[in-house]
Amino acid sequence: MSDGLHLKDVTIQFGGLKAVSGLSFEVPPGGIFGLIGPNGAGKTTVFNLITGVYRPTAGDITFNGISLPGHPPHRITPLGIARTFQNIRLFPSLSVFDNVRCAMGMHLRGGMGSVLLRGSAWREEEAMVDTEIMDLLEIFDLGSLRNEKAVSLPYGDQRRLEIVRALATRPKLLLLDEPAAGMNPTEKEVLMNLIRFIRDKFDISIMLVEHDMKVVMGICQHIAVLEYGIKIAEGTPKEIQCHPRVIEAYLGVCAD
Amino acid sequence: MKRYQAQILLLAALVISFVISRFSDQFDSYYLDIALTAGISIVLAVSLNLVNGHTGQFSLGHAGLMAVGAYGSAVVSLELRPGLAGIFGTGEFGQGMAFITALLTGGLLAAVFGWMIGVPSLRLRGDYLAIVTLGFNEIIRVILQNTKPGSVFGGALGLSGIPSQATIFWVFGAAAVCVYVVTSMVNSTWGRGFLAVRDDEVAASASGISTTRYKVTAFVVGAFFAGIGGGLYAHQKGAINPEGFNFLKSFDVVVIVILGGMGSTVGVIAAAIILTVLNEYLRDYEQYRMIIFSLLLIIMMLLRPQGLLPASLFEKKGRAA
Repeated sequence: MSDGLHLKDVTIQFGGLKAVSGLSFEVPPGGIFGLIGPNGAGKTTVFNLITGVYRPTAGDITFNGISLPGHPPHRITPLGIARTFQNIRLFPSLSVFDNVRCAMGMHLRGGMGSVLLRGSAWREEEAMVDTEIMDLLEIFDLGSLRNEKAVSLPYGDQRRLEIVRALATRPKLLLLDEPAAGMNPTEKEVLMNLIRFIRDKFDISIMLVEHDMKVVMGICQHIAVLEYGIKIAEGTPKEIQCHPRVIEAYLGVCAD
Repeated sequence: MKRYQAQILLLAALVISFVISRFSDQFDSYYLDIALTAGISIVLAVSLNLVNGHTGQFSLGHAGLMAVGAYGSAVVSLELRPGLAGIFGTGEFGQGMAFITALLTGGLLAAVFGWMIGVPSLRLRGDYLAIVTLGFNEIIRVILQNTKPGSVFGGALGLSGIPSQATIFWVFGAAAVCVYVVTSMVNSTWGRGFLAVRDDEVAASASGISTTRYKVTAFVVGAFFAGIGGGLYAHQKGAINPEGFNFLKSFDVVVIVILGGMGSTVGVIAAAIILTVLNEYLRDYEQYRMIIFSLLLIIMMLLRPQGLLPASLFEKKGRAA
């Protein structure tokens, strides 16, 4: 019961605006979960609530039995939740390699002391980090670009690099904020395969916010629909596609 | 050998400065003094670069922290001299130990001050942080200025008669340690956190990096070496007064960091030396000095905003470690 991510009656209020109101859903381990809704429905806010950027006004969020609200983002990431951002947020002045390396720091046991001594324990840890980063980069075909500045990469590579950086934190749950934004149909096809591949390869669950219905319906096992911060529907892609409230609020027509 | 490259370089720098120090009476004392000033500038600028350059937290309070170190170490040297001589003896070794005690006291005091200012003020960003650190700089100066004349801090007249113990060995030894510490910190997986904080705080914390912790660490380490630099300065000049640590002094260090290239240790070292020498050449044109420095800064901003030797020049190619 307590495995995976659970949101229970989560509400957040900014002044007079209830951005998310009484939201409950769960993301069981190993699945791909979609969160959709019109612009301004509060999808990214939900991500920010889960990752500790915002603290819910009411309700509880638990991940594998641990209550998340009140923890800052850098404490939630080590619990196994990693994310990407709607507008790509890489470290622009750093290389591809170093972008991923930044996310590896939390796995190290040696802090400032071992860094200053530069002894064998430090060297071993650096070598371990090095191998893990290169393995990750190779998996995503970014190995040959390791010395390039992150900002100099083409858009699609930047999106992938952001995913690699998130995976470097060794997450159990990966939150993807509009991964298909700005992609053409072929790239979207590739992305869908990539997301399935990540789930299987790293054995993690994935939750995504997405506008592209083809992507969402294609890969998600379970979908929740938000409108004005309220969940109006939840179910399998098929159920969602012909749900009357969803069609009215968002889709416009039944796809079948 | 390559495994311990950094440590060997540090040791070599210490040995070389020790040897040169032995022969320092062979050199013209005027040039020796310039060399010492350049060395102290390196300590100050490399440590400020950790805060302003690598971590991206724009501080204008380096002279204030330097003052804490200068006064702390000067008071130890002036007031506790007989006591320290009793412990370490009065020979060359004893005097060295007394000096290192004074320097470390100054450095640690500055680090404590750095922590006290850092924790509340690093919640601020950009201009606001600059203003708060500038304010702190002035507070330190004004407090020192208003101590009673003749008290341990000497009031507006400051302290004099500080033993001139800052030799080539101490100054360049401290510079070598400072460079070693800052580069070791930054060039490690752990230390990438400083750069991550500078580049994007939101992404950094989402990557498991405690932004506050890295900022405070940078600030405290930077403050420690500012204090050491201040202690060396006090024991080079033999006399200090509060006016010597006004915000123009902070500004001088910031100029070195910007000209050298934010986040580039090699560039900052080069700029520290160049600006110290330039300063000497401009001694006859003292009234134009600030104008020339400002012009230099403007020209650099227009032609080479990344600094003299930007950090990207020295980025390691290939794998780390």
